[in-house]
Amino acid sequence: MADFDFNVIWSSLPFLWQGLQLSLWLTFLSIIGGIVLGTLLALARLSGILPLSLIAATYVNLIRSVPLILVIFWFFFLVPLAIGRPIGSFYSALIAFVLFEAAYYSEIMRAGIQSVKQGQVHAGQSTGLNYWQIQRYVVLPQAFRNMIPILVTQGIILFQDTSLVFVVSLRDFMTASSIVARTEGRLVEMYLFAAVVYFVICFSGSMLVRSLKSRMST
Amino acid sequence: MEYNWNWSILFEEQYLNWLISGFGWTVSVALSAWCIAIVIGALVGVGKTVPNKVIRGICATYVEIFRNVPLLVQMFIWYFAVPEMLPDDWGRWMKRDMPNPEFVTAVVALGLYTASRIAEQVRAGIETVPPGLTAAATAHGLSVGQTYRYVLLPISFRMIVPPLTSEFLTVFKNSSLALTIGLLELTAQSQQIAEYTFQGFEAFTAATVIYVCIALVATVLMQLLEKYTRIPGYVGKEG
Amino acid sequence: MQLKKTFLTAIVALGFSAPVALAEAHGGTLAKIASSGEIVIGHRESSVPFAYLDENQQPVGYSIDLCMKIVDAVAEELDQELTVRYVPVNPKTRIALMANGTIDLECGSTTNNLTRQQQVEYLPVTFVTGTKILTRKDSGINSVADLDGKVVAVAQGTTNERALLAAVEAAGLDVKILPVRDIAEGMLSLETDRVDAYTSDHILLHGAVTKSKSPEDFVVVGDFLSFDPYALMVRRDDSAFELVGKKALAEVFRSGEINAIYAQWFDPLGVPADPLLLAAFQLGALPE
Repeated sequence: MADFDFNVIWSSLPFLWQGLQLSLWLTFLSIIGGIVLGTLLALARLSGILPLSLIAATYVNLIRSVPLILVIFWFFFLVPLAIGRPIGSFYSALIAFVLFEAAYYSEIMRAGIQSVKQGQVHAGQSTGLNYWQIQRYVVLPQAFRNMIPILVTQGIILFQDTSLVFVVSLRDFMTASSIVARTEGRLVEMYLFAAVVYFVICFSGSMLVRSLKSRMST
Repeated sequence: MEYNWNWSILFEEQYLNWLISGFGWTVSVALSAWCIAIVIGALVGVGKTVPNKVIRGICATYVEIFRNVPLLVQMFIWYFAVPEMLPDDWGRWMKRDMPNPEFVTAVVALGLYTASRIAEQVRAGIETVPPGLTAAATAHGLSVGQTYRYVLLPISFRMIVPPLTSEFLTVFKNSSLALTIGLLELTAQSQQIAEYTFQGFEAFTAATVIYVCIALVATVLMQLLEKYTRIPGYVGKEG
Repeated sequence: MQLKKTFLTAIVALGFSAPVALAEAHGGTLAKIASSGEIVIGHRESSVPFAYLDENQQPVGYSIDLCMKIVDAVAEELDQELTVRYVPVNPKTRIALMANGTIDLECGSTTNNLTRQQQVEYLPVTFVTGTKILTRKDSGINSVADLDGKVVAVAQGTTNERALLAAVEAAGLDVKILPVRDIAEGMLSLETDRVDAYTSDHILLHGAVTKSKSPEDFVVVGDFLSFDPYALMVRRDDSAFELVGKKALAEVFRSGEINAIYAQWFDPLGVPADPLLLAAFQLGALPE
């Protein structure tokens, strides 16, 4: 059994902080992108226009049956080939996350849209709003509000998922911790520290969800 | 875009064998982890609803820890950190003498992680059983154990089958993380084929198609189970 | 099409005097670098002493220094300031990332071989090594034949992986292979006793041992299982960029600057330049 040395964490804090910033930034942008695209997918799926809803449904089910690591590989290696120019590792990862998480967000938004009572839609119609106006001003704001806790929960999962960019050496918090762990030979200390940091952030997130839920139910 | 398509590489004996072996590991890891997850998830989920505060606290802590740390970190801790924290010969056993260390580690990590998610489903299932039933059971003189055994569990286990379907699919997808500790499962094999043949599109497409097939089969199986376990009269109340 | 023609005429008219227009005429990597003002270097993170992270987690090493010479040459060719962006790569990602355009120049410890030349191009040879076995001194392993029944780590996507598999198969041995991600992970698995041996290029094993906490515990054994001439990697079918790289290296070789760079990184390891490598430097020192 090795003796442990937690000083290694202190001396590598700036490097780890850079990694954490990348993780947070990637999470933030992916949440925004994922919600926007996910909402569009949900609207397409509920639009009643057959080809549109079929495409959206196929996309969502396809993405939901594939592991995120495989999706990351697809975008990292093949998309620059397909579009004929490099987009950089961060953007490759970002696009992969947005497209992947959109499938999950679309299911949440679909449930959210369906949670809005039909009477609201009818009321909108009777005041002369068209389909998109009803979605824009009546349905989506309520759907979004109803779903905030679940959207945040999915955000926490997304934050955890960003650790997978490790497989393509993009320097997020996980990769940074791994680099320090390996170069300093301090595996136990660094991986436990990484676990604690992720735990603190995600646990705070789930406390937030809990308080949002209780505030909404009253 | 210049790219020389060559789908036939997927059927060359060497690469086909890689895909088949990768598929085998993916299914083995996922199913083994699922068994662990179901057992521990059920115990912890029940534990979160019992009257005993200590048990409830322990189970709640379990769920929070395993749910709020990324699976990749957990995988690395089990693989890299735990053997170093144990006494030397135990650590050595984990690294060397244990059969198939990468496989076992991946199964344990994935199983315990998935258990925390199943526990939440189980708890939710138990909590949806109307309190009147528990009260009625108590009024009939059933002990806590008997109430669980004869009233709460039979109902709640049948109610949580639909939400478990998505967890079941997730366990297959999450098994891909085993590649980070050197297990050559499906995703790793497809990447290796891409690397040997430079036919990335073909290799990743093959893996994608196989994952989709796994998902389809798993969904059908779970739907059959769902049909079989559905409680007449309860349907619709959940969703 | 018409536009391109006019453009070409314009360049001819200018007599190739405008550097930016020149760069665009080159097309490919040079044009990309000229328009973005940025050159993207793919580097390894634990290939001591070729490309690894120093204590500030910045990439340093022999290959990095040589790459910087090329970056200077590119900047001069384009007559503009360039920013360098580093992208970490590993054996599994490096070729794909070069082929798909994510990185412009790979500075690590990559073997130049003909299979890979189907995907990427190489600059002149900058080091010569081959596959060997690293093990603990007390392991009793002295050659490939002793690996029977042992667990051996090897980095995925390397020439070492293929060399080891071929040697093991030829000798009909029963060896359990543990695929690892890179040298750091390979060394780690040996240090933590997860494997009996780690297979990689001789010089990298040497570098890894020097950086380890207890260098005296390890020993490199066996015959060379493969011949691995290292070279910096560039994109295929881009002779203009390749030429800038070749020129820069030829200048380094010709001027003798290579000796200082070599000494800086290899003297601490106690590895004098092999006669074969010196010959390679001489052959690379093409006249202007």
